[in-house]
Amino acid sequence: MIGMAISIALLLFAVAMLLAAWRLLQGPDILDRVLALETLYTNAIAVVILLGLKFATQLYFEAALLMAMLGFIGTVVTARFVGRGDVIDHD
Amino acid sequence: MTAAELPRWLEILISGLLLLGGLTAVLGALGLVRFRTFFTRLHAPTKTSTLGIGGVLLGSIVYLSWISEMAVIHQVLIAMFVFLTAPISAHQMAKAMLDANPDMRPPLPGNTETDSPRRETARAGDQAGTGSDRRSQH
Repeated sequence: MIGMAISIALLLFAVAMLLAAWRLLQGPDILDRVLALETLYTNAIAVVILLGLKFATQLYFEAALLMAMLGFIGTVVTARFVGRGDVIDHD
Repeated sequence: MTAAELPRWLEILISGLLLLGGLTAVLGALGLVRFRTFFTRLHAPTKTSTLGIGGVLLGSIVYLSWISEMAVIHQVLIAMFVFLTAPISAHQMAKAMLDANPDMRPPLPGNTETDSPRRETARAGDQAGTGSDRRSQH
């Protein structure tokens, strides 16, 4: 029953990633694409954790933690670069 | 996988948490596709990053803690990181959108004669690029 629930949850996250990829290709603004990328990496973290449950290994959680950190940095840097033209304030 | 040792109520609990996470992710992505303006689209995927990630992580915490017979809590690190950083990135994106087109900023309530934010942002929008007074506002 748990294996079936993991498979159904993986399918649901795959559908969510497809919808976010549609917005990534379609989005009228650059920030829409940044938002779609953020949704994609958030879903990818959950997919990696679910794969770790499915394969019963602890190795996937470090990968999920790394993806969380790098995805956050990428989103913030891209949003600041689009919004104000530079990433780090220097006066 | 030692799924046969799990009691029935725990199987139902873990499966419900995983499916709740998946359904929330689908709802968030559906909102990302279907909503009309950028700020409503910004609102929808935050449900994915709280309830979706939270459901999956809580399900994996309960499952791994039961089958390894000790408290496996290093998923809490991922949950804490995602919950802390999701509002920051959403705030940065909203601020970037408002900086890019200042006429989307709604007027402040109250005394609109003396300090109209629309006039200030229009003046700051003329000097976009240099933006020294705008930086002192933030």
